[in-house]
Amino acid sequence: MSASALQPAATTYRDAIREALRDALRADPRVFLMGEDVGRYGGSYAVSKGLLEEFGEERIRDTPLSESAFVGAGIGAAIGGLRPIVEIMTCNFSLLALDQIVNNAATLCHMSGGQCPVPVVIRMATGAGRQLAAQHSHSFEGWYAHIPGIRIVAPATLEDARGMLAAALRCPDPVLIFEHVALYNMEGALSDEWPQADIERAKLRRAGRDVALLTYGASLYKCLAAAASLAPLGIEAEVLDLRSLRPLDDAAIFASVRKTRRAVIVDEGWRSGSLSAEISARIMEQCFYDLDAPVGRVCTAEAPIPYPKHLEDAALPQAETVASAVRAMFGK
Amino acid sequence: MSVEFRLPSLGADMEYATLVEWKAAPGDVIKRGDVIAVVETDKGAIDLEIFESGKIEKLLVSPGVRMRVGDALALLEGEPGRLKISPAARARAAALHLVPDAVAGSGPGGAITLDEIERAGRVTAPSAPSAPVAPAAPAAPPLRDLRSVIASAMARSKREIPHYYLSAAVDYAAARAWLDAHNANVDVTLRMLPVVPLLRAVIVAAADVGGFNGHYEDGEFKPGTAVHLGVAIALRGGGLVAPAIVDAQAKSPATLMQALGDLVNRARSGRLRSSELAAGTLTVTSLGDQAVDSVTPIIYPPQVAIIGAGAVGERPWVVDGRIEARPILTLSLAADHRVTDGRAGARFLGRVRDLLQTPEKL
Repeated sequence: MSASALQPAATTYRDAIREALRDALRADPRVFLMGEDVGRYGGSYAVSKGLLEEFGEERIRDTPLSESAFVGAGIGAAIGGLRPIVEIMTCNFSLLALDQIVNNAATLCHMSGGQCPVPVVIRMATGAGRQLAAQHSHSFEGWYAHIPGIRIVAPATLEDARGMLAAALRCPDPVLIFEHVALYNMEGALSDEWPQADIERAKLRRAGRDVALLTYGASLYKCLAAAASLAPLGIEAEVLDLRSLRPLDDAAIFASVRKTRRAVIVDEGWRSGSLSAEISARIMEQCFYDLDAPVGRVCTAEAPIPYPKHLEDAALPQAETVASAVRAMFGK
Repeated sequence: MSVEFRLPSLGADMEYATLVEWKAAPGDVIKRGDVIAVVETDKGAIDLEIFESGKIEKLLVSPGVRMRVGDALALLEGEPGRLKISPAARARAAALHLVPDAVAGSGPGGAITLDEIERAGRVTAPSAPSAPVAPAAPAAPPLRDLRSVIASAMARSKREIPHYYLSAAVDYAAARAWLDAHNANVDVTLRMLPVVPLLRAVIVAAADVGGFNGHYEDGEFKPGTAVHLGVAIALRGGGLVAPAIVDAQAKSPATLMQALGDLVNRARSGRLRSSELAAGTLTVTSLGDQAVDSVTPIIYPPQVAIIGAGAVGERPWVVDGRIEARPILTLSLAADHRVTDGRAGARFLGRVRDLLQTPEKL
């Protein structure tokens, strides 16, 4: 590391996750990484590049192409006292491991009366925007957030990419970490004293007076851009990064809505039966008399994600569609 | 079933209006924002905009009839849509003992928002609860004339608002050169008045420096979500009105000029729109056509600031160490000390002055 100790090092989201993995592997001999192509190939998004050389085949394990088998193995290892980190290439392939996650990881602690916790961490890429077409562009974090017994987190910043893994490993519940594919190349500075991350609380990324934009993952940056474009119109939008999708940080969401009296939820999932629907319902239950406008939602068009760039862009929430949803609330 | 269209309150102190003429007839399909009648108020004749869409079923009032705010004017066909009002606004209306039917909404789909209830509450607060929709009293007080409206607004301002005053002399040469260059190239009907760069600079400065654009209501400053720039307009018969150029922040100098010309014409012919009267969030008053050096203006409540402009006059002015004759404009600011202090006021006024040195960027 040549960077000066005084200067925050320039890094990427991908590198921040790799450093978090390296820390975890060094700190605890029970930790190991397992998944398709995580070893020799360095990970499908190059997150684990170099770790095989550093930690060896015992702890950086390439698996066969069977999500059900290796996620199940991870769950078994966690029950047996290890601290496995399982990488599923993308959430699109996680459907093959759904039975292991929903029927085993999420239930065993409950069914054993607390005797059998499953402290597994499962990382996977999520989201669209890279022209990977319908089968490789899903956003399933909202689905997983439906399941009691597991925790769902979505790091959107370098600090969270760096810090959430340690918190997830400390947690006795299964934790699923959703890393948005559009973020891996995101560059930024991360000081050596990066703040310890929690996996429970939402974080206000921009304070505002007039409307709360509730979002997570890569949509955070679209919301921040929308908020910047609304300011000259006199509309001060605040942007709340949810960070934890299960459990949701109700207190932070309600505080933001009560302060601004208006909310727009921005979610790359489809609208029907989505996380945005759940958040909207909670606001209605808890903040109805504080609202000065119906809760708004900007979600992905209800169609398989298109391949052509212009259609993919049109299908996804964008800064302009977020800003326009807010402007409509103010009759502008 | 039908929906009633009721006489809305068109700003502070309005209690009555007289119907001058209908601009719509039974059977007409109208939409939100259409002018459906002209009413005479103490601020002159006002084009009355409707805030529902639908088909006119029946007109209930004839020209010449004097009505109270809240009286039904016409019936629209259709189910009586539930009153569109936000939950927060409904709760606030209940707390203020206010019947919200006659309040015009600005929220999504024309819904009444908290802001409008606060405003209506301020207008009707001194009267007894539930007064807004009480049937017209037979012995109503006479319609007050414009002078007494000005008297009551200005007396209230001086009574309630702790004004502070600042002034600054501004070199108007750059603005004048820019105006001359613009006006030389356009048709005479598109020529820009000297006040336009000033209006534009005030609008931009209001976005840059907080605390001067908005309303002071219920013991707190509520910043405007847009700049609705009030412009003091002298009427030919004496007196003045200060209607607003709505959403002025979105207008280029050329469209601002058009909006100003249109507003002045309609103010003087007594054809202001109802939405323009109560909207203002910050006002400019210019006596540039008179032989005065400066103005010490009075804030128009519930606004919190007003900019006054005197006449631009040739003055000796130091430029690069030499004295030159330059066109100098003295700007003054009166602002509400409950909201801002002199230091913020100086920043605001200084920003206006600086912006006027590069008018091409406005």
